[in-house]
Amino acid sequence: MIATRIALTIVSVATLALAGCGERPQVINYKQGTYQGKPDTPAYQGAPFNGNKQQWDNAIETRMQSQNEYTRLHD
Amino acid sequence: MARMKFLCDAERCIECNACVTACKQEHEIPWGVNRRRVVTINDGVPGERSISVACMHCSDAPCMAVCPVDCFYKSEEGVVLHDKDLCIGCGYCFYACPFGAPQFPQTGAFGVRGKMDKCTFCAGGPEPDRSEAEFQKYGRNRLSEGKLPACAEMCSTKALLGGDGDVIANIYRERVIHRGKGGEVWGWATAYKLPPAGAQQGAPGAGAPGAAPAPATPPGATKS
Repeated sequence: MIATRIALTIVSVATLALAGCGERPQVINYKQGTYQGKPDTPAYQGAPFNGNKQQWDNAIETRMQSQNEYTRLHD
Repeated sequence: MARMKFLCDAERCIECNACVTACKQEHEIPWGVNRRRVVTINDGVPGERSISVACMHCSDAPCMAVCPVDCFYKSEEGVVLHDKDLCIGCGYCFYACPFGAPQFPQTGAFGVRGKMDKCTFCAGGPEPDRSEAEFQKYGRNRLSEGKLPACAEMCSTKALLGGDGDVIANIYRERVIHRGKGGEVWGWATAYKLPPAGAQQGAPGAGAPGAAPAPATPPGATKS
């Protein structure tokens, strides 16, 4: 009985403690179906990336970093 | 990838309007429509500052909230786009936008107002990527080619940064760290200050307040 109470207490405390670790979304999520227009495809869907999001991310990342001349010119 | 944003560094913007021209040229935008503009505060007064303004692709975009026909949507990258086939050109978005981003062509199906046109972050619209229909309605889709908006990539002083909000914020933060503070914050050295001598990059002659930065570009290190 005591062991059960202790276990229950531990579980309750752990649940309450971990609840603080939760993260709420910081941005607005628009409800699906609100937009009434035609569907659009993701930028990486067609050629030359053919659905390879990682490759697209890398291409964009390279472009973004090329805006930083502290690394672009002096490394 | 978080959210695509623009950031304009007022210390670097020289009001050259290259971003405006690049946008016009890239998307073949008609007369009367300016997806991007350069705004100058205290024009002609010493200490004037300019910034390049277009659609800021708001996280909680007021244009999306007020549109009576719900023609706005947000792409995976956080770019605010709209369907021109659905737009009725009412101008509500123009009233709602704090940046004056929505533009209305002088000709079109709705007389003097026309369907709304705005910056797409060079991401096209709801038509097949890089199709003729997409180009005619929304302009070029550079994002699908793995490129950033033409305005940001064209900017000669790199005042206008475009891309993932976290990344461009870090680039800007690094600049601000190099700028120093107080009386040092003046002139070319403010905007283009090199890292201090002996730092990682080891640029000679850097760090002197008010001094022009030395051309420390190693041969072959630049890329377009």
